[in-house]
Amino acid sequence: MAVLARAGAEEIAAGLDRATRLDNAGARPAHRRLRGPETGLVMVRGRIGGGGDAFNLGEMTATRCTIRTECGHTGHAYVAGRDARQAELAALADALLQDPARQPTLLQAVIQPLADAQQAAAQTTARKAAATQVKFFTLAAMRS
Amino acid sequence: MAYVAVKGGEAAIDNAHAWLAEERRGDPSVAEIEVAQIETQLGRAIDRAMGEGSLYDRKLAALAIKQAQGDGIEAAFLLRAYRTTLPRFNHALPIDTETMAARRRVSAVFKDLPGGQLLGPTYDYTHRLLDFSLATTGADSREVASETVAASQKMPRVHDILGHEGLIEPDHRTGAEPGDLTREPLSFPAGRDIRLQALARGDEGFLLAMGYSTQRGYGGTHPFAGEIRQGTVAVEIVPEELGFALDIGDIEITECQMVNQFAGSKTTPPQFTRGYGLVFGTSDRRAMSMALVDRAMRAAELGEDTNAPAQDIEFVLYHSDNIEATGFVEHLKLPHYVDFQSELESIRRIREASATTE
Amino acid sequence: MIDISEPGFADPVRDAQGCFRAVLAAMSRPGSVHPITPALHPPAPLHPATAAVLLTLADPETTLWIDPALSAASPWIAFHCGAKTRAAIHDARFVLTTKFPDIEKLDRGSDEAPEDSATVILQIERLEEGPSLRLAGPGLASPTDFRATGLPADFPTIWRANHALYPRGIDLILCAGEKIASLPRSVEVS
Repeated sequence: MAVLARAGAEEIAAGLDRATRLDNAGARPAHRRLRGPETGLVMVRGRIGGGGDAFNLGEMTATRCTIRTECGHTGHAYVAGRDARQAELAALADALLQDPARQPTLLQAVIQPLADAQQAAAQTTARKAAATQVKFFTLAAMRS
Repeated sequence: MAYVAVKGGEAAIDNAHAWLAEERRGDPSVAEIEVAQIETQLGRAIDRAMGEGSLYDRKLAALAIKQAQGDGIEAAFLLRAYRTTLPRFNHALPIDTETMAARRRVSAVFKDLPGGQLLGPTYDYTHRLLDFSLATTGADSREVASETVAASQKMPRVHDILGHEGLIEPDHRTGAEPGDLTREPLSFPAGRDIRLQALARGDEGFLLAMGYSTQRGYGGTHPFAGEIRQGTVAVEIVPEELGFALDIGDIEITECQMVNQFAGSKTTPPQFTRGYGLVFGTSDRRAMSMALVDRAMRAAELGEDTNAPAQDIEFVLYHSDNIEATGFVEHLKLPHYVDFQSELESIRRIREASATTE
Repeated sequence: MIDISEPGFADPVRDAQGCFRAVLAAMSRPGSVHPITPALHPPAPLHPATAAVLLTLADPETTLWIDPALSAASPWIAFHCGAKTRAAIHDARFVLTTKFPDIEKLDRGSDEAPEDSATVILQIERLEEGPSLRLAGPGLASPTDFRATGLPADFPTIWRANHALYPRGIDLILCAGEKIASLPRSVEVS
């Protein structure tokens, strides 16, 4: 879910299409919306002093969706932001992942590529940050 | 009777709003600004609108800024109004800033702290010279350097480093459920949980001025910027129906740990005290000001004198919210014809009375 | 993890607003019977009207006590309303039940905040049938007859005690099939 929550609707849809081409694992079965997709708020909390008791920092938007496939799998999704299509596709992917026959292909064709892309983006940021690390030296050290 | 219903403004209001829309669009020969441009290129304005609007959603904040013609308080007001239309799903688990994917992390007290000092994309050390190359679009940008990094290094907090020797006050965890200003109106005495929530959504100019006042001697706390970090953290919630934590995505935040003058008593040896700042988005200024004011408001708790404005909890909390402040200040322009008429009559009566007695 | 097989309102905003209107009308005209229009298929033994009232009024910020006789529907209620369903009966803002409860055990509000009192959502078999009660008070131009099954035989006595607490006291919403009616604390029953 962490991976799907950070993926755009188009990316999830493309992943499901990939899985469908491989062995039909991403084929979307008929499904029924049990709840949502609906947008609401999540109150973000911090900790006093960074590690103490909780306090309410402020709210963020989130969208949730719960669907049930005709095969009887229930998929849930809560994703940051207001993209209803992303939430519904994430809930659908969550339901399909519960099917043991589909799971390996879905992990390989949907989750892994998204996880890799997210990891790469995080790495890029970390590398840029590393390049701004201050390398302290003293004038005394320069003379020696 | 303070207000009287006055009719007749309807057409004037409609026409004023139509003109406002035209003004917002500006010169039609210039391309209309897109929300995505605001979202990706006016990040600091977005951060401030989200902070003061107390709602994290970069796309919505961009729309609010466009609609408000860049007026930050009006944009925050729009976000506050929008959030009232949404149901509250849940509260998140407290974010863990120690696991932050930090873009920036600096300390003014330790040069060689574990994890290093990362400047990140900062305005510090710029020369504050207008860059006229930005006046034309398509100016080529410098390539951003990157370096290899060790896989996921945890960055210990500065107070953990001092904490080993007991030289700094520790965090306290009682597991208490925090109060929520969006549900219960402000009441006093206000705990530190409520104070931090109020500061996190407070007006940046007010926080800055209050923080500055403590440095200028009105409730000094002898601050050092122990650590400032900016970056993204994951937000997790535990939906009732699932019973386990779900990671719903990342938010950008800035955290400031201020290390302040020490205090001690007969029972505890002297140790540094701390002020804390945590805000949505990227803003050293906002997080540092918040930490200064948080620490100043702890004066009574720490047995210090409390005669400066920033130490007066009621004063700070009642005046930190710019939506409330702008509402009350600007309401003065609404019709007060009857109030004023009654005062006018009073003053005439008094003058007549004094004229007859002379 | 809860397994849910039935949705809530098809159009959450419109349906909840419509149902809220019905509850408001029922409260302001005590004893008047109002249909609940959205099609709902809640799990047994919950009636559609009861389900609609819960979806409309209960949310994650309200506490709800559920009668064990209705516990089969608890997962559905928890999922769709998000209400805190593990509340003790005296802390509950909403008391969902099939038997009229002992009102001494409920939160009847305080003089400072009478609105904090519990609202009892009572699911009964039928409205407009059963023993007749006479209602009078605000919202009724003249005393009216009201019929419902499932209220205790000494209901007028119990209600008199509740009414005497005014402005404190509990409010009652009756749900049967696809209809609702209400007895707010302000109504007199004989």
